[in-house]
Amino acid sequence: MQITSFLQDKQLTIALSGEIDHHGAKATLRMVEEKIDQYMPTLCILDFRAVPFMDSSGIAVVIHTLRRMNELGGRLHLTKVPPQPEKVLRAAGIDRIVKLEGRELSHEM
Amino acid sequence: MKCENQMVLEFPSKSINESFARAAAACFAAQLDPTLDELGDIKTAVSEAVTNAIVHGYPDTIGTITLRCRILAGNVLDIVVRDKGRGIENVEQALQPMFTTGGAERSGMGFTIMESFMNELKVTSRPGRGTTVHMKRKIQKRGGQS
Repeated sequence: MQITSFLQDKQLTIALSGEIDHHGAKATLRMVEEKIDQYMPTLCILDFRAVPFMDSSGIAVVIHTLRRMNELGGRLHLTKVPPQPEKVLRAAGIDRIVKLEGRELSHEM
Repeated sequence: MKCENQMVLEFPSKSINESFARAAAACFAAQLDPTLDELGDIKTAVSEAVTNAIVHGYPDTIGTITLRCRILAGNVLDIVVRDKGRGIENVEQALQPMFTTGGAERSGMGFTIMESFMNELKVTSRPGRGTTVHMKRKIQKRGGQS
């Protein structure tokens, strides 16, 4: 998993790249949290376009990030979520607590 | 039920093998001509089951995990993930959404995902002896070339 981020007007976009499973989830969590603590954004956007696969470890990453943003009084959005990760997020009901924006329509894996 | 093809894999409970196991299951399932969506469901369920075996079956040791995939009559993929680890004291509790004994990187949604992505899920476990997760998924027959 690799992450890249950019900040604009207290809006932090973190682009995740690679598959999210238990093997890499802890490191991903830590990297995302470090970015948030460094920039203290009011809105954090996790960009999923380069995440072709995730299992329930990805849910943990989203919930953990949401909790951190709540502590800071900020919001969390997910953007460009491909079909497989979206299905996992919806199965867990995450779409009811976090806004999913900008559908990623490509079904390529 | 008649088994038309099968494969069995054994590997140590190292987390690096999670991606290997789900990719292997997906490769085997490919002969049923699944859609990308069905393939994604299979990979997800196998990833969850193998991760459970690694995290909960063998929390402090490296043990052996067996993945068996079979193709049954009627385009059914039958998947078994077995460990000989610690076992689950209370299977019913473990199946509840959000229940986890793992850390922050676990969501407690593994069995919920397996249940919703597969047609059948059966979990049998004996404390101290290990856990077996048995899943079935029917792959829709598609028109066109065969």
